[in-house]
Amino acid sequence: MTLNVDEGEVFGFLGPNAAGKTTTVRMLCCLISKTSGRAWIGGYEVGKREDSLNIRKMIGLLPENVGLYESLSAYKNLDIYARLYECSESKRRENIERFLRMLGLWEKREYSVGTYSKGMKQKIAIARALIHDPTVLFLDEPTANLDPESAKTVRDFILELKKEKRTIFLCTHNLDEAERICDRIGVIKTKLIAVGSPSSLKRDIWERKTIIHLHQINAKILGAVERLSVVKNIRTIDNKLILDVNNPEKDNPIIVSEIVSAGGEIQFVTELRPTLEDVYLRLVREPETK
Amino acid sequence: MRLWKAWIIATKDFSVFRKNKYILYSLVGMPLVFALIVPITIFYSLPTGQIPLEVLSSMINTMNTFFIFIPAILPTIIASYSFVGEKLEKSLEPLLATPTTDSELLFGKSLAAFLPSILATYIGSIGFVIFVDMETYNRFNTILLPSWEWAIIMAFAAPLACILSVEINVIISSRVNDVRAAQQLGGLVILPLVLIFSLAQSKIVTIDIFSLLFISSILLVADMVLYYISRIIFQREEILTKWK
Repeated sequence: MTLNVDEGEVFGFLGPNAAGKTTTVRMLCCLISKTSGRAWIGGYEVGKREDSLNIRKMIGLLPENVGLYESLSAYKNLDIYARLYECSESKRRENIERFLRMLGLWEKREYSVGTYSKGMKQKIAIARALIHDPTVLFLDEPTANLDPESAKTVRDFILELKKEKRTIFLCTHNLDEAERICDRIGVIKTKLIAVGSPSSLKRDIWERKTIIHLHQINAKILGAVERLSVVKNIRTIDNKLILDVNNPEKDNPIIVSEIVSAGGEIQFVTELRPTLEDVYLRLVREPETK
Repeated sequence: MRLWKAWIIATKDFSVFRKNKYILYSLVGMPLVFALIVPITIFYSLPTGQIPLEVLSSMINTMNTFFIFIPAILPTIIASYSFVGEKLEKSLEPLLATPTTDSELLFGKSLAAFLPSILATYIGSIGFVIFVDMETYNRFNTILLPSWEWAIIMAFAAPLACILSVEINVIISSRVNDVRAAQQLGGLVILPLVLIFSLAQSKIVTIDIFSLLFISSILLVADMVLYYISRIIFQREEILTKWK
């Protein structure tokens, strides 16, 4: 895969199970070595022994499993990692308090993590990934297995981080989440099959469709539309014409004019917008589609 | 290697161990059994008449060998929690993502298994010395401990046996995929050390200064060889992908 994630960008990494998302994250976090290829994070080369420590210093990782020390308190968990990330004592205290307050867990800081709910644990794991103010954050399925309320809290927190202009690499199966949070999205299925902003992916991968609601469809109207070169494909459902067009902004007035000339009575003209799920499913089912 | 980084990992493990009752009971129970309960049982089962002081001295030397295999058993329990416990709690990945080197991680983890084990051994041994001296003073009006044999065990054999056990457990933990297999294989380390006790008990081997120095030398060589093996084997990628 060839991929560039800009500073301050939130990049979503989508793909089916076993597509290679977690492996890619682990390689970028210098946890496993790559078999070939090259990658850089903040100017440091991934896989280069002398750069590995510098990369680990500048990244924060939220793995798929939170991996907290359940018998220890939330404060202690964060304090251990802050020390491992070489934070000064004042920064340690300040960041632990800041993140625990932001996540609404300051009052429960001395409770054993084992007594926390899944959502609370996930929040602590996110705080742990942020404790040293990393410039790059890797989040591997941050809302997986969370109830809707906890997932929303975590999502809102990621949006807060986005406002702070942190570079975030987000692996997720949640397409709605990806669409709402990410600036760009990459779809992987053992190789990178598409990259772009959610809107550009929808535009590029999915043909744009215009839906024209008519009072009645007849052969004359259909013939008039079929003769138009701007229309790639026509489907009819009841009194609706569903037309594949490349450029609706330019082509729709031509189509409307032809239908009216053919005696058609137009009630509505709308655009059929694909969801990111439509685009994603098409991509993973037909990997050759670019 | 930055020792302070290794120390953070070790203190983190100490905090986790403090909350683990099984580890605490093992650390307290095992030295208590071997340092006090077994000697008390042996002393009070002796014939009521006077036994020669040389015989008693030889028995005490044999009992001293407890303090070679106690520091070998304790790391088996601790190390299996230290290394495999990380895998069980799925905390290895975030830990390995921190800016720590493999050596710091290895040393910190080893320290976390070594220090409590050797400390519990020393405390147990001091209890053993006090008990034995009270008994021999009451019976013979003399004290037999600390002796040169005891000092060699405390200074060399015990810490070297402890290091051997820690290293073997590190190697086993990074090689096997199963927690129980790691614990059972790790436990095998004490067999050669128990053999020393058995040989001494059956009078095939005499526990004296020279035999203890010889045992310590063998342990030292084994420690050095295993240190290099564990450094080669202990690589974060191996740990992450093989510790399932």
